Amino acid sequence: MLPDIVALNTSPSLSVPWWKVVYDFSSLTEWIDASLHNYMSPFWTSITEMLIIGVLILLFYAVIGLFLVYAERKVCAFMQNRLGPNRVGPFGIFQTIADLFKLLFKELIPIKNADGFLFNLAPFIVIIASFMAIAAIPFAKGLHAIDLNIGVLYVMAVSAMGVIGVLLAGWSSNNKYSLIGAMRSGAQIVSYELSVGLSIITIIILAGSMQLSVIVEAQRDGWFIFKGHIPAFIAFIVFLISSTAETNRGPFDLAEAESELTAGYHTEYSGIKFAFFFLAEYINMFIVASIAATVFLGGWMPFHVGHWEGFNYIMDFIPPFIWYIGKTFFVIFLMMWFKWTFPRLRIDQLLTLEWKYLLPINLVNVLIMAFIVLMGWHF
Amino acid sequence: MASNQIMFILFSAMIIVFSILTVTSRKILRAAVYLLFVLVSTSGLYFMLNYQFLAAVQLTLYAGGIVVLIIFSILLTSHISQNFESSGWKKNIFSAIAALTGAILAIITILEYGFTASTEAAQQVDMRLIGKSLLSVDYDGYVLPFEVISILLLAAMVAAIVIAKKGAPKKIVLPKLNQE
Repeated sequence: MLPDIVALNTSPSLSVPWWKVVYDFSSLTEWIDASLHNYMSPFWTSITEMLIIGVLILLFYAVIGLFLVYAERKVCAFMQNRLGPNRVGPFGIFQTIADLFKLLFKELIPIKNADGFLFNLAPFIVIIASFMAIAAIPFAKGLHAIDLNIGVLYVMAVSAMGVIGVLLAGWSSNNKYSLIGAMRSGAQIVSYELSVGLSIITIIILAGSMQLSVIVEAQRDGWFIFKGHIPAFIAFIVFLISSTAETNRGPFDLAEAESELTAGYHTEYSGIKFAFFFLAEYINMFIVASIAATVFLGGWMPFHVGHWEGFNYIMDFIPPFIWYIGKTFFVIFLMMWFKWTFPRLRIDQLLTLEWKYLLPINLVNVLIMAFIVLMGWHF
Repeated sequence: MASNQIMFILFSAMIIVFSILTVTSRKILRAAVYLLFVLVSTSGLYFMLNYQFLAAVQLTLYAGGIVVLIIFSILLTSHISQNFESSGWKKNIFSAIAALTGAILAIITILEYGFTASTEAAQQVDMRLIGKSLLSVDYDGYVLPFEVISILLLAAMVAAIVIAKKGAPKKIVLPKLNQE
């Protein structure tokens, strides 16, 4: 049995251009589903599909994590007028793989007066939270593990669970630096969660749905950042700031401020357990960037302008996955740019920024957006 | 056995085991973590029922909000070496009787109620439906409870601000420094 793609490709009486069929992953996934159903009962089919998706996401997770660490070091070097890693492989691209092996072989140092169970559990909570969030992100048309009808809310709910891991890590290490780091990180994440939520609500008003596939589909004739006029742009900026804070990245990396707290909540961790925290931080950045790309910049949707048929036609040639990755890495580059150019904030400045500036701006912004949608002033 | 039966057994076993662990654990933060597991498994049950909105709200409010607050207050008040004393046998017996009575009452009520199987297709509860019924003044609308709860929340927030508010700034008299 041939996949539907090939069958559709050869048929001449096709109204849809062939590249749209090739770029649409749903026929491939449906074909896999149908052929698995031929061999197994529905129960084992869903188990097998879950396993396949799990392995694929794990692989993606590892590759993205390794690449982002490399990208961070290169971008940092670029900002500071250095070369960055350049010895292992061409342009140093295998540097992070070497680092990974180093971390894997390191000794896991047990802590004498720590709460062993919680100490070992904490890295897993952090990593599972980011792992669950990545399942709901649409990578391309049809390349979407679960399409929940409250997709955005789910991603925010699940990624907020990571803070529990951070708090547990800080407390169970029995170390004052870890505890202070965890407290700071908790206060920071809980307060910036509000801004992230409200800035996304601004766009949900415009989209009229929380389902990620519907949000992407609604941006067919223009991305929301352009369709929503100024409020959407303000929401984008607020989202960038507050999501940088939510992922504990610089200039908001008070939770692991090296000069005061050694390494914050993961001071006592070593080897692969430390690597889990490290990896989860980068994956959280990736998740936040892909939410920004999906909600504000159209996700996998190519750059379309209203009724410019010819222009849209050309843009459709670029595969959706490339669009998605390009937008996500653009947002990631912005966040790295923040980290390496701004100095670290103090904790009181951080909380003032959230509660006295971002939150009121956001609330007014939601009202303005609701008014614009009510009057039909958006495109 | 169908796959959703297996999942149901898995989730309910997790809820029961971790609920017992929550009340029997002698370490306060471990109890909070077991409570987190109970709440997450409950949201798993909601996902099984395909009521995704409630599941996500359960994750955000209970797992992400309330458990974080509990952990936060434990972080501020308790040290890692603190353990609860084990309670005496009298307390154990009385709380066991109370728990058993509650469980028996709930089980009897559930068994007595005549559930009728519906042949209608499962309804997709999306955001639009929830928003409309939350603010609808029709027979099955929820606008009155919504408003009552909003006023309750407002009162709680005002109270919190009043409690946390500092008094009028006192005039601070700086001690004179010896400048010799």
